Amino acid sequence: MSFVWKRLLGTVPSLLGVIVLTFFISHALPGDPAAFFAGPAANAASIANIRTTLGLDRPLPEQFLHYVNDLAHGNLGRSLTTGQPVLTDLVERLPASLELSAFALLFAVGLALPLGVWAATRVNGPVDHACRALVTVSAAFPTFFVGLLLVYIFYFLLGWAPQPLGRLNEIAFSPPPHVTGAYTVDALIAGDWVVLRATLAQLVLPAISLGLFALAPIARITRAAMLEALSSDFVRTARASGLPVGKILITYAFRNVLLPVSSVLGMVFSFLLGSNVLIEQVFGWQGVGAYAVSAVIASDYAAVQGFVLMMATLYVLLNLAVDIFAALIDPRVRFEG
Amino acid sequence: MSLATLARNTGYAFGENRLTLTAAIILALLALCAIFGPSIAPFDPLTTSAATKLAPPSALHPFGTDALGRDILSRVIVAARLDLGMAISAVVLSFVVGLALGSLAGYFGGWTDRIIGRAMDTIMAFPLFVLAMGIVVALGNSVANIIIATMIINLPFYCRFARAEVNVRRDLGYVEAARMGGNGSLRVLANHIIPNILPPMMVQASLNMGWAILNAAGLSFIGLGVRPPTPEWGIMVSEGASYIISGEWWAFMFPGAALVLAVFCFNMLGDGLRDLLDPRKRV
Repeated sequence: MSFVWKRLLGTVPSLLGVIVLTFFISHALPGDPAAFFAGPAANAASIANIRTTLGLDRPLPEQFLHYVNDLAHGNLGRSLTTGQPVLTDLVERLPASLELSAFALLFAVGLALPLGVWAATRVNGPVDHACRALVTVSAAFPTFFVGLLLVYIFYFLLGWAPQPLGRLNEIAFSPPPHVTGAYTVDALIAGDWVVLRATLAQLVLPAISLGLFALAPIARITRAAMLEALSSDFVRTARASGLPVGKILITYAFRNVLLPVSSVLGMVFSFLLGSNVLIEQVFGWQGVGAYAVSAVIASDYAAVQGFVLMMATLYVLLNLAVDIFAALIDPRVRFEG
Repeated sequence: MSLATLARNTGYAFGENRLTLTAAIILALLALCAIFGPSIAPFDPLTTSAATKLAPPSALHPFGTDALGRDILSRVIVAARLDLGMAISAVVLSFVVGLALGSLAGYFGGWTDRIIGRAMDTIMAFPLFVLAMGIVVALGNSVANIIIATMIINLPFYCRFARAEVNVRRDLGYVEAARMGGNGSLRVLANHIIPNILPPMMVQASLNMGWAILNAAGLSFIGLGVRPPTPEWGIMVSEGASYIISGEWWAFMFPGAALVLAVFCFNMLGDGLRDLLDPRKRV
């Protein structure tokens, strides 16, 4: 447990860094934040007005204290486009983004782990070559282009996927009663199978296009770690003792793969949270990413800033979860802590 | 390494690996497009024509035309300069700044190291694409700021790499000898250590190019930086996206394919360069 506390304490400097950097970006860089917050339709008088209300005429350290104070009260400012507090907007849309990312991660991990293991057991076999080709090719595809390609193939040419316009076809179905905000979970809770099916159908393409990008690094590291484990002395001993292949692969070798895999998860989450923005844009997904893009287009500065801050916080927390997971599966991490 | 050896090794690496050679040739073609783009392009990339809007690929317009009747082939060719230019400038900038900061941190250690290290950790605490978005929005929506944002999010990789490489070298015999000879710290760094870490840093940079292209194109895809009539691959994909549902695939496919091709070739070339400089990694 002491490891967990130590690690929790370790997130404090990261979060502090995030707050300082977002403050720095918004207040200390050239460019007039008052003009940004005022929006494109502002005139000189309203900009000056906003400068005094936001305290932007004060010295930087004082502004920073105000900024931290606002954050502590959950005040991220008001969005120009929706007219609501930014925090309300973000919290409302977050479940949709989390749902999409979770399915993408599930797809990536669910495919990458078996693929990597399989490739490692048959080095230079067809699966190994396919694995390597997939890793090389998927690193070259922009996520948004993959998304559009899938839409073209599976919606336009084959007609298998529903129209890529959001989380649910709201003309044919009504969203399930709001519990968590994630449509699939809410539909499950309500026991509404028809809506569940419809939401899953909408999820498939965006989740795959987002997940493909995460799949490559996981598959590569699984293959490499599995190869190393399989050539180790303890696997040779296990083989010599005549243990069944399944036990050697899963119990002996695969467990040792989990640690390296968890170490690339940090990078994978960085990709997922970033590419979420692009994929939501492509599929009309009403999550925080699409919200940020419309805020960017409308120069709705408070909303963009709130979005960046929320994503960074989320990312710090995800990294914390990954580290705790690593400590759970490998005692060495706990002791080195 | 003398020039003759370099040439022989390059020949060897290309001979060994056809893919690297192909990648290098394609990149050379793309570079030609970037340099001579406007004079190679068959049509003016900005001339609109209501008569030929969204025309499918034909002999006259091999890549078809977009919603405003502009020739997509010409636009894809002309866009090479902007796309490659943004990525190269960003990579060169993060290379130089990262090398400087990382070398200082690795050589002097102590507070210098702690402050620079903490700054890099802070950048890495963000999902990088999201940070880039935030930076571009705060600095103002322009191509120059896309380059700066891409530079900043790449910085930690170069900085950490340079720091580690300098750190293992700073107490080696030849560095001690240089110091004994009366060279100051900066001189030792610049003349004795940095030349030795340049080759692995270059490999890092070429592996990074593809990612820089994807990042810049992603930013312009969501409407940052590049303004509409300007041809740029990311924004062209985004403009073509609206016509997929009605089956006009060429408007998004060709600029997207150009992106994929450029990124793929840079990745392959980076792998090839790594093999060239570090034969151990080939196994």
